[in-house]
Amino acid sequence: MRHSIMKLFMDYEKEEKWLNDMSAKGLQLVHYSFPRYTFEEGEPGEYTYRIQLLENIPSHLESQAYIRFLEEVGVEMVGSYIRWVYFRKKTADGPFELYSDRESRIRHYGQICLMIGAVGAINLGVGLMYVFGTELKVGWLNLFAAALAAVPVTFYGRRMLKLKRAQKIFE
Amino acid sequence: MPEEQGYSALTEGVYYILLALHSPLHGYGIMQLVKEMTGGRVILAPGTLYGALNSLLERGWISAVDHSGDKTRKEYCITEQGKQILNQEIKRLEELLHNGQRILGGVN
Repeated sequence: MRHSIMKLFMDYEKEEKWLNDMSAKGLQLVHYSFPRYTFEEGEPGEYTYRIQLLENIPSHLESQAYIRFLEEVGVEMVGSYIRWVYFRKKTADGPFELYSDRESRIRHYGQICLMIGAVGAINLGVGLMYVFGTELKVGWLNLFAAALAAVPVTFYGRRMLKLKRAQKIFE
Repeated sequence: MPEEQGYSALTEGVYYILLALHSPLHGYGIMQLVKEMTGGRVILAPGTLYGALNSLLERGWISAVDHSGDKTRKEYCITEQGKQILNQEIKRLEELLHNGQRILGGVN
């Protein structure tokens, strides 16, 4: 039996938690097509889910090599959205994390901030151009998008700083 | 990022990856061996391991073992340069341990 749920997340770590909560209830994500999640009924807690922003889109050669490497260690890709990918691994195989060091986590947050920041900056630029030009309404929409982008950049940035502070003392 | 010098410390992950690659292994094998060696304390996550392997390949501290025919499972092995780095690191760790024991050893 398949269930499909439409949902939007601003925070990928909350999204991860939601997917793992669904898994605990026996609903395993099998497909993602923005913004629709498709779940299949299975064993409660059968899989652990992780989400990652890749440096390139999944079809890129470098991403393909990475995804193949993950497959070799029992990790399966179940869906993607632009550069975001959804991975899962059998919970019985042990805890599943994508990163085991601070450095990689910091870099991941950095890439997310850069990506969202770029979208925000473009919207800010276009928005200001429109607002001071003629297309006032379109301009406000761009400015709203820019303000919206500032939210995740702020919370991911905070998490990144926290890790960086810890890195000064611990490996 | 600090530019690496001869005296730079390796991360725990890199240290154990180099050690594990004393004989050729693929990604999964490295994760298993490191977990085993440390009694489950060091569990290398695949994203971290993949990044580290690529950095080590770039530096020439490890090399990819060529398997004609079998393209699915890439194996890696430590190089002479990698062994040299590992030996330097072991000397550094010995110094840490020696100084720690020398100063705190008699206290307890």
